[in-house]
Amino acid sequence: MVPRKEVLLEVKDLRIEGYSDEQWVEIVHGVDLTLHKGEVLGLIGESGAGKSTIGLASMGFARDGCRISGGSIEFDGMELTTTPESDLRALRGSRIAYVAQSAAASFNPAHRIIDQHTEAPIQYRIQKRVEAQEDAMELYHRLRLPNPNEIGFRYPHQVSGGQLQRAMTAMAMACRPDLIIFDEPTTALDVTTQIEVLAAIRDIVDQFNTAAIYITHDLAVVAQMADTIKVLLKGEEVEEAPTEQMLDSPSEDYTKSLWAVRSFKRPQKDRPAEADAVPIVSVKNVDAAYGKIQVLDDVSFDIYAGMTVAVVGESGSGKSTTARCITGLLPPTKGEILFNGESLPPRYQDRSKDQLRQAQMIYQMADTALNPKIRISEIIGRPAQFYGNLHGAELKNRVDELLDLIELDPAKFYNRFPPELSGGQKQRIGIARALAAEPSFIICDEVTSALDQLVAEGILKLLDKLQEDLNLAYMFITHDLATVRSIADEVVVMQKGKVVEQGPKDKMFTPPHHPYTDLLLSSVPEMDPNWLTTLLEERGTDSIGEAANV
Amino acid sequence: MNSFVIGYYALLIGASCLAAYFKQRQIFLLIFSLTLISFVTGIIGGVPALRFITIAAGLLALAAGVSYAFREFLIIISPDGVAKELRTAPLTAAFGMFVIFTYAIAGIFAPVIAPFGEAEVISSAFAPADENMLLGADQLGRDMFSRIIYGARNTVGLALLATALAFIAGALAGLLAATKGGWFDQFMGRAADVIMSIPSLIFALLMLSIFGTSLVVIVVVIALIYSPRVFRLTRAVAGNVVVMDYIEAAKLRGEGTWYLIRKEILPNSTAPLIAEFGLEFCFVFLLIAGLSFLGLGIQPPTADWGSMVRENATLISFGELTPLIPAAAIALLTVAVNFVVDWMLFRSSGLKEV
Repeated sequence: MVPRKEVLLEVKDLRIEGYSDEQWVEIVHGVDLTLHKGEVLGLIGESGAGKSTIGLASMGFARDGCRISGGSIEFDGMELTTTPESDLRALRGSRIAYVAQSAAASFNPAHRIIDQHTEAPIQYRIQKRVEAQEDAMELYHRLRLPNPNEIGFRYPHQVSGGQLQRAMTAMAMACRPDLIIFDEPTTALDVTTQIEVLAAIRDIVDQFNTAAIYITHDLAVVAQMADTIKVLLKGEEVEEAPTEQMLDSPSEDYTKSLWAVRSFKRPQKDRPAEADAVPIVSVKNVDAAYGKIQVLDDVSFDIYAGMTVAVVGESGSGKSTTARCITGLLPPTKGEILFNGESLPPRYQDRSKDQLRQAQMIYQMADTALNPKIRISEIIGRPAQFYGNLHGAELKNRVDELLDLIELDPAKFYNRFPPELSGGQKQRIGIARALAAEPSFIICDEVTSALDQLVAEGILKLLDKLQEDLNLAYMFITHDLATVRSIADEVVVMQKGKVVEQGPKDKMFTPPHHPYTDLLLSSVPEMDPNWLTTLLEERGTDSIGEAANV
Repeated sequence: MNSFVIGYYALLIGASCLAAYFKQRQIFLLIFSLTLISFVTGIIGGVPALRFITIAAGLLALAAGVSYAFREFLIIISPDGVAKELRTAPLTAAFGMFVIFTYAIAGIFAPVIAPFGEAEVISSAFAPADENMLLGADQLGRDMFSRIIYGARNTVGLALLATALAFIAGALAGLLAATKGGWFDQFMGRAADVIMSIPSLIFALLMLSIFGTSLVVIVVVIALIYSPRVFRLTRAVAGNVVVMDYIEAAKLRGEGTWYLIRKEILPNSTAPLIAEFGLEFCFVFLLIAGLSFLGLGIQPPTADWGSMVRENATLISFGELTPLIPAAAIALLTVAVNFVVDWMLFRSSGLKEV
């Protein structure tokens, strides 16, 4: 980095207020931020830290229900807080661009990608339509999209998530802006696709010497992208330092706790030694299909009591479908599910109450997994009432006991509704609901992927403690290998509906691997800032696109 | 230039100066533009035009005042949760609630409020208003005011009953269709399409001429006509709820369909249903009034606003406004219900003003 570059964006004492409960509450409390030309700043923090709000504010924009209440935002000599809206509009898109988290939700599904790409340059009269289209193809080429001359003429739903995210980055580049704001551009992607997008973003930012603000909650990702990292907590800056210094020697306690979060690990448990031990759940040669499309092909694995089996793979690999087969929501077309050695009816409607009780499920999105109009006491109490036939004081005691078990204060939470709870608390209620049935086996479907790292660690520790106390068996569906490393005993790797490799965790994390397992493992970002560069060199730069499709 | 005109302008100009002084931009603009308009209308229409403006503005202010007071009253007497919601109600919604409240009182206590019986002949036909009869007499010499009060009970009561029936049938079918899916869903959907494909008034006329014009038949026929709309809405709303994970969790727990509908789906789809109830109520109300006007609805001598318009229609050619009073009663209630419904729709759509 060349010192003393020209300052592009200078934010001083930025204060933003949000409207809630009929009053304005300050949510960003005086944040300073300086960005030089061609520099990448990483903003990290948990949800609610104000990362996105600050990102948007650097375009002079406040979301509905928010307002910039103080401080100054100076972009290339222009004070954005006092600039009229019409001038700001001219600035956005042409000189400052924004890349949102979900490209699928940000593209208009009714227009071709290239038409959306060329809209801004044509609007701002920078280029004629034909020039703009040629330029778009050039950018697609640079971002290594397959068939760069043709892909733009597809509709958004006709390209994959990773490609769409790259097309969005290309679109942000259309007017060659001075500043791009990336708001969690890879959070919704699989690890293998994430790499393509990261590499593409990094290349294009380098090539055009664009400054960028990179917002994420994933430290390993930000380590690859940013020159400087700023850590935020509840709308305030915790610390800011150049990337390497920040990774090696963070000075604040909060930053250290963020860094240490991935350290939770428990020793691997082995299968019971006795030869006649019966697995609690046994998936035997299961095929399944949605209509005519086959999604599972000869899937088999066993789960023993008190053990955690992690099922990993990218989206579309059939992880969740396997879970649907086990629960009986999707009857398998071939093969069977054994429970304690007995065959389960394929449809959940045909299973006995006790069979249903034994296998419970915890969902990824706690928001949709809990009925927002039912009190916590009833959400947790219903399974106990339904299966255990508990009533009145007995039921209340059971609910209190369960709330204690998930480390929430019964007096405080008994009468609340789910929307009044935080994400981590909701997930705990989801766990309590599963426990209320007194199951022997729980399917955890990406239970931590929607949560912040600190909160996710708490959930993992809780699940581990419950397993110890209640001898539960878990089937842990995840795409996050760090989670696997910390909690799993056995690992099943799935790809395109097939089990490609399975075995005890320690064995799975030591080579040699199946090539797909290898790809998955090597794609997990590491804290080393040179990780991406090294990895790309190893794989050969040209193969990034194909690497994910092995 | 009489003192009324001088006072009129003095008041307006004084008020606009006050508003300007206290920097009430909107109020100032409103009052001052009214002043300017008054100059023009005053020159063209003279004193009567100004008097009309004064009365209209006074009525508007009175309505606003009553709405405001009524809202405050409701906030004070309601429990905390409801009071918080009521504070978000705009004045129009408060006005609507006040009107509905008044109609309800009139309907419930009709025999106490009305000075005469609904079928009681007390004077000559089309007698003008006097100290006995507030609004004069109808074509048979019955008291118009008493009949309007009784009409509130009959017309509104019938509409409420028919709408409630349509709702229970439609919502139940919609919830079942969304939960069960498959052939049941298809069957109900196509049946609803068939009913909806027949124009509602013609269908009602047909049914009433086949089965006669008893109250039971009217209620059932109207419920039948309006339930497919409710069915469609409920099915659509419930369809969005059924795909949630908590429904899956409940299904996997082994819960029955009735529990799913009652506990899991219904609480999450009430807001749009209540809003729809208000809208449907207006349509049903107008349909009943229309049927009565055609002579197929509520039968004489029972007082009913629709038939009252028809029976007194001859008076219009003499420049009398009496037959329009029941019509105005219908219009006022429709507007009032829609004000309240608008507010509810606004709340359930999740649009919050900043």
